[in-house]
This record gives sequence, C-alpha cells and structure tokens, in this order.
Amino acid sequence: MAEIFEYAPAPESRSVVSLRENYGLFVDGGFAPAESGETLTSLNPADESMLATVASAGPADVDRAVTAARLAQENVWGPMGGVERGKYLFRIARILQERSRELAVLESMDNGKPVKETRDVDLPLVAAHFFYHAGWADKLHHAGLGTDPRPLGVAAQVVPWNFPLLMLAWKIAPALATGNTVVLKPAETTPLTALVFAEICQEADLPPGVVNIVTGAGETGRALVEHPGVDKVAFTGSTAVGRGIARAVAGTDKRLTLELGGKGANIVHDDAALDQAVEGIVSGIFFNQGHVCCAGSRLLVQESIADELLARLKERMTRIRVGDPLDKNTDLGAINSADQLRRIREATDSGEAEGAERWSPDCDLPSEGYWFAPTLLTGVGQSHRVAREEVFGPVLSVLTFRTPEEAVAKANNTPYGLSAGVWTEKGSRMLWTAERLRAGVIWSNTFNKFDPTSPFGGYKESGYGREGGRHGLEAYLG
Amino acid sequence: MPNTASAPEAVTERGLRAFLHGLPAVDEVGAAARAQDLATRSVKTTAKARAIDLAVSMVDLTTLEGADTPGKVRALCAKAALPDPEDRTVPTVGAVCVYPDRVGTAVEALRGTGIGIASVATAFPSGRAPLEAKLADTRAAVAAGASEIDMVIDRGAFLAGDHLKVYEEIAAVKEACGGAHLKVILETGELATLDNVRRASHLAILAGADFIKTSTGKVSPASTPPVLLVMLQAVRDHHRDTGRRIGVKPAGGIRTTKDAIRNLVLVDEIAGPDWLTPDLFRIGASSLLNDLLMQRTRLSTGVYPGPDHYTQD
Repeated sequence: MAEIFEYAPAPESRSVVSLRENYGLFVDGGFAPAESGETLTSLNPADESMLATVASAGPADVDRAVTAARLAQENVWGPMGGVERGKYLFRIARILQERSRELAVLESMDNGKPVKETRDVDLPLVAAHFFYHAGWADKLHHAGLGTDPRPLGVAAQVVPWNFPLLMLAWKIAPALATGNTVVLKPAETTPLTALVFAEICQEADLPPGVVNIVTGAGETGRALVEHPGVDKVAFTGSTAVGRGIARAVAGTDKRLTLELGGKGANIVHDDAALDQAVEGIVSGIFFNQGHVCCAGSRLLVQESIADELLARLKERMTRIRVGDPLDKNTDLGAINSADQLRRIREATDSGEAEGAERWSPDCDLPSEGYWFAPTLLTGVGQSHRVAREEVFGPVLSVLTFRTPEEAVAKANNTPYGLSAGVWTEKGSRMLWTAERLRAGVIWSNTFNKFDPTSPFGGYKESGYGREGGRHGLEAYLG
Repeated sequence: MPNTASAPEAVTERGLRAFLHGLPAVDEVGAAARAQDLATRSVKTTAKARAIDLAVSMVDLTTLEGADTPGKVRALCAKAALPDPEDRTVPTVGAVCVYPDRVGTAVEALRGTGIGIASVATAFPSGRAPLEAKLADTRAAVAAGASEIDMVIDRGAFLAGDHLKVYEEIAAVKEACGGAHLKVILETGELATLDNVRRASHLAILAGADFIKTSTGKVSPASTPPVLLVMLQAVRDHHRDTGRRIGVKPAGGIRTTKDAIRNLVLVDEIAGPDWLTPDLFRIGASSLLNDLLMQRTRLSTGVYPGPDHYTQD
C-alpha cells in the first residue's frame, strides 16, 4: 500500500534565486573584492555543487569596514532620531518579507536545511526580528535602561552557519535599533544570504557604512573581534571559539555577549501527553538536522514509561522524510559541511563504543552531499561523551530517571545551560521543575519555539548576555 | 501504562473510568501543531492523481435531509455508481448514506453495483431517544438491507460521566446490527476536548465499533484535522495493542480535494498506509465528490471544465 500514496517530488524552484558568480565584501555601502584578492567557495551541501565564490577578508579589509562603520555611527546613524532609524528597519523588514521566498530557497541551498523550515520558520522569524526592533528604535528611553540610553558605537558580530540569516537578524536588528553600526562576519560555509541582505540594505537606501558584511573564515573573525576600533563584540558559535574571544577581549573596554553551545535536556514525566511529547522530542533534536545550539539532545524519560515512549518515538522516526532540502515534503535535510559530518560520525561512533545502543530508521541517503540518518542512542549514561559533549547533529541520547529530583539533577549536570524542555500535564510539577533547572530557556510542553519578544541566552558555558526582548537591547546600550 | 488490550473483563463504570482516564493525555496545542505541519505536505502530479481516485472510492455519498424523497435517493445512487458520465474510468464511491426509511429505495437502485448502503440510525442526529427506539431504528435499517449502520453515541451520558451507558448502548446496537458494519459517531463538536475525543474513541472501539466517525454533519465544528489526528492515533494504538484494525470516518466540512488529500496525508502518516483503503477509511460528504471529479479532469486534461459538466443530484 505504501506505493499508492508515495508523494511525488515537489521541489521548490531555484529560479527565484539569481546568484552572482562572485561576491565582494560589503563595505561602506558598496561591494568590493578583498585587498588580497583571496576568495572562498560556498557549496551546496546537498550535492556538493559550487554556488558562488565570495571574498575572503584580511586585516586591511576588516580595518576598512570598521572605519566605515565608525564614520557612519558618528556622523549619520548615531545622531539620527529613533523615529528615522525605525523607518529604515521597518523598510528592511518589509523587503525581507517581499523577498522571503527567494531567501528561503537560497538559505536552503547554502545551508542544506529543508525549505519547509526556511519558509515556515527562518524567514518569518527574520522579518519578525526586524519589525520588533524597528518598534523599539524610538522608545528606548522606555526600556527601563535609564532615561537616556546611548549606543555603544561599532559592533563586531560573528554568526554561525546553522541559522545564517536568522542569526544575522538577531545581531543586526537590535544593534541598529539602538543606534550602533555593525561589521558582521557570516560563517565560512554559509555567507550567501548575508550578501543578499547587503543588497537589501542598498535597496532600502540604508546610509553607507551602517551595515558592513565581511566574509571569510576564522582568521577574518579573529581580525574583526580583535580590532581596536570596535566597542562591542557579539558572537554566536561554539564554546571553544567563544573562550578564545573572551580571552582576546579581556582587558579591553569592549562589551561582549556570547551565545555558545548547549546540551539541552528534554524531560518527559510519566504523566506527559505522550504523542505530543514525541513530537517535541522530534522537533527538539531533528529540527534543522540537530544543528541547533539549544537542541534537546538529551532525552530524560521517566523509566516507568521509557519503553512505551521509545516505541512511539521509533515509529514516529520512521516517518521522517530525509532528502532533497528543496523538496517541500522533506523533514530532514543535509548536514552543513564535510567537517561537521565527520564530527557527528565520530561522536556517534564514540557513543556506540562506550556502550550505547544505536538505532536509525531505514532511510535511503543520497549518494552525493553530506547526510546523516536520524539516530537514537539508548542506554546512555551521564558519563558517556555523547551525554556531555555537544554533537550538533541529528543524534539523540536517551537517558532515564526515576524521580523528579533525579531528573533535575541529571538535567543540570552539564557544563552547559542553554535550554531545557519539560513534559507533564501537572502544572505544579511543571513549575517545580522549571524553578530548579539551570537553563536560559525552558520550554513547557513544547520545544524549539522562538519569538523576538523573548530573551534568549545561556547559563554557565553556554555563554552570557541575552538576545531578543527588552533584555536584548541592554547588550547594545551604555 | 494502560493499553486497550488490558480492558476490563467484567465491564463496570469504575473499570471503564480507570481505563479511559488512564489513557495518555492529549496536548491540544501540540496536536494542532502536528496537524498543521502535516497540512503543508505537497501532493502533486502522479501522487495527486492516485490520491483523488482513492478519495473517490472512500466517499460515503450522503443525503440526510428531512426533504429526502425516493427520487432524490435514486439520483444519488445513480451518481454513486457512475460519478462522471463523461469519464468511465472514475471508480465508484464507497457507499451511499441515507436515513433508515430510505434504505429500501437505495437497495433497489444500487442492486448489482457492489456499492455499500449505509444508514444512520439510533435517533440520528441527537441520539435523544429511549434505547428500545434506537434498537428498533437499527433493526429496521438492517432489515431493509443496510450493510453499514452509522449510530450516534449518547453525548449527554458521556459528558455526565456515564461511560457505562454509552458502552452498553453501543454494544446493544452492535448486536442489533447482525452482519452489518457498525460506525460509531462520536459527534466530536459536542465533546469539545481532545482528551474526550481520545476517550470516546477507545470507548467506542471497546464496545464493538468497526469504524469510529467524527460527526453527524449537523453540529459545528464537524471534523477538524486535530480531531481526526487523535482518532487515527486511537486506532493505531488499538492495532498495536490487539492486532485489530478499526476504521475511521471523518464527516462534515470536507468539501474540497485539498481537504480530502490532507485527510489522506493524516491517515498515511498517523495510522499508516495500511489504512489507505475504503475498508478502513471513509469520508462522509456530499459536495466533495464533484470537486474531486473536477480536479481529476483538470489533472488529466489540463483544463477545468465548468461546474455544469458535473451532475447536481
């Protein structure tokens, strides 16, 4: 019977995207090649085809961008009234909405994530972040941060590859709303939507130098955060790189916010709504191929319902459709890069070697590109590496607990503290658990829900500072 | 964790309550989100063509009006046997569905077609009649030749917490059905919560339903995607626990091909592809059929014929 209702391919058309072959750096309102002439290539991880080459910025290019941002901040953007700044942000938000289909397809091609997610999650949130912060631009003295909050100056922003455009929005929207100018470095493997965003800044007539995009690899990022002309550093990415940035910034008067890794616990109590908990577990770890810092990568399930829940979860996992990210019916897309695929394989193998039992549904993975089947590791102990270290892939470690106290103790027993989910139908237990969890975001009977009005950030080695909401403004005001 | 296999042996109110209230809860927000997620499935070209034919074969073509005449029922039966006179490759529908006193007319009109004859019974749609009247209603429909009985549960009893009364009525009607298949209408629009939908589904299954059906079509809201999702989970779980497959029939408000295909996607991804057969899934509808036929022609010829190319019966 399965063949009777096999969905025919339903690919989103690539024709909405008009990519140039080469992209320069976006500095002072225009595109220009790197001084060294060096470039790097962005691939489509679903088939390893080349999408475009982009300039690789060196220290001289970064210096030019920071100088442009400084001049724009001091002469144009800083002195401009909040109402006017808000108009620009509203205009950018509207253009993002108008071009959302194009950006959704491009994000899917450059990142490997399913177009269903870029269309229904990334792009709506990107526009929402600009609309939300546009509204704040002329109301900052009502934000509870003093009667006359001032911008910091030039913000150096480094964003990861897992939500390229959304992380750009989280960084640029609050910085601009508060009167700062920015130099942003997108990730090496996913620079393209940031460059289309640069075109949108031109389309919106944003004054030159307010937004500068410098593409490149780790060295470019280092040059940017270490540049003496920046007043504020904002980084989202791995804890290892975040540590390096904290060291580099220490002893300077730069302000710093870090949004780093996580090992989120998804706690399922025995009275949970099981079918919806299964959905939340799936969304928690397989959303965006598990390339999510706040992923629910540790399932903590009450031992008395573990068998029942895992049976339902496995059945549900057989329905996950893995394949062409541009197919509208795809649930799980490609892993972003060969390096990341190697790290996921290595971590999963180590889990198996340490005694965990590995399970994946039958699924045909494409022969080209970077792919990893949705994977369960059961019988994982707190001491296993896969329970402690971030895998950043579609791999779920399953642990059990006996009492609510044990659930909280295990959930908190991690160097990270970014997110957690709690599943129970009992309100008092929900509140009791949430009060005791040490995590920046706690989802109640849901997972991986985001909103620009809600502050996001971590405890412990997941970083510091908050993004979004009123709290997020604080990081850009002095 | 209770399951449907461990249902109480001697059926008592206490036993039923313990079983039904021991079922896992349903989170309304999460259920709606999953239904919405599956509504974004894109079913095109060959898959759409197969889905349309499947949907036609699952239609319970329905007329349930006070104004139903023998002529109206005969016209409906003719449509059931030959949905599109301009295209004889269209499959016949699953069944026609009429009031008990029109079953005789339908039997005559459908003789030799193999199309099922479903009759509503048990004081449809409210169900507010003494049990004896409901059983007489059922027996009359079966005696007149109905092969399927669509009964309504006593929602008043269910909402008052009298699960045993609901159970016993279904069991009695099942007995009165003899060889006819029993579809049990939960009237989910009156049960209001998805927890109630899950409990009523399992209660009906336990009492002997061959099918569980969402609605009479006389109450709003009728079938909704989250309600159908929860009912499909109930039959999936019952099959896992007992090996027995119960059918599901959404009814009311399913008017377009897009609605029908979204229903089939839910069947495919919640209960599983085994349910994609008229033996286990039906759609109660009247106006849906013409939209399916129109989309079918559109797919094969590339143009929409006007509505006058399809019969109004």
